Amino acid sequence: MATIAAIIASTHHPFYYRASTAVGADRPPFADEWVAKIHAFRETLTRARPDVLVMVGSDHFHQLWLDNMPQFLIGKAPLYDANWYNEEREFGLPRMMLRGDEELSGYLLRQGIDAGFDLAFSNELRIDHSITCPIITLRPAADLPIVPIYTNIFAPPMPQPKRFVELGRTIRELVESWPSDKRVAVIGTGHLSLELGGPRQFGPHGPDPEFDRRAVEWIASGDLESALAQVSLENLWEPGNATHGFMDFMLMMGVAGPNVKADYTDTLDLFHTMEAYFTWYPNGVDAP
Amino acid sequence: MSKYLVNKFLYSIDRDPDLVERYREDPRGTVTWWEAEQANVILNCPGLERSTWLAFSDTEREVLATHDYVGLFELGAHCFLSLTLFIALFERDYAEPLAFQREYAARLSHWTVPYPDIAT
Repeated sequence: MATIAAIIASTHHPFYYRASTAVGADRPPFADEWVAKIHAFRETLTRARPDVLVMVGSDHFHQLWLDNMPQFLIGKAPLYDANWYNEEREFGLPRMMLRGDEELSGYLLRQGIDAGFDLAFSNELRIDHSITCPIITLRPAADLPIVPIYTNIFAPPMPQPKRFVELGRTIRELVESWPSDKRVAVIGTGHLSLELGGPRQFGPHGPDPEFDRRAVEWIASGDLESALAQVSLENLWEPGNATHGFMDFMLMMGVAGPNVKADYTDTLDLFHTMEAYFTWYPNGVDAP
Repeated sequence: MSKYLVNKFLYSIDRDPDLVERYREDPRGTVTWWEAEQANVILNCPGLERSTWLAFSDTEREVLATHDYVGLFELGAHCFLSLTLFIALFERDYAEPLAFQREYAARLSHWTVPYPDIAT
């Protein structure tokens, strides 16, 4: 059976690529610290020696639209073009191409549907920065095949938070039952408190540092019980109007399991939002 | 009230570089053209299979025709769509990084949660 090489949960900040590659007067003052933290975080994936990456993210109204909106969708294609014109325009993100692992996509779809998730699928998916940002930060060579999984954290009505946790738990069980000798890393990105298009956007910190503090503690300690007790679809609007992206962190907590402490935790308090990086090694890892 | 159609307009303009420029230069003309020619195109269907019923309310049409992002927020347009498109339209006019985004926030500062409902 396949081995879970690592479980990684991260924020996805589309400004990282530009900040990290800028030079001279264009380089922001926080870039060096940010790059150092990303390099340390990247090492947590490199050490795990993955063969395949299951990538959990969310389409930001690129290919998925309100006339036909899936709640949970798995890509099943040999190749994925990546990044969109408006991401080039706003963030300077490069066009990318990633290989797909169709066998694992097919396995997760079949078994996931049979396990009670009526998953949508796509055989031609152009992925966006929710998946390419962690490729850029964690595996910039973009040399491993991926299975993209999209969740709806964007367009109400959305699934309940507990459903994200259950999907994470199911992904874990399915990867571990996949008849393969491959080492699979499951990587998911979301947000802590975040405001976009509202009065609290682009402040000196994230819109709700107290929520961020609690959220980091929940994730780092695997405290699913507190997260599920204190987070609802209704109250996630309060820390910031784009904070439903936290449900993808909850999905990754479901992958990691209840009360499983992260083996690696780091944060960076940036303008606009708090960055947060977590890695679990359910099967241990070689010494660095 | 056709919140979905307002979102469809923002989405359709934002993903097309030529339409972004056209909407910046001629907002009222672009809204008029788009409502007449594009509003009823189902995005994944050939033109023959258009919808027949989508139209803006007078308020929605005026908000879009005047680049009124505060009005869009108050109508419950999707905040991410509005922000992304308006950054494309106007960030270039500001010298400091994020100055447009901060002005945008300031112009909405009379709002506290709960914000207008964005559900469609």
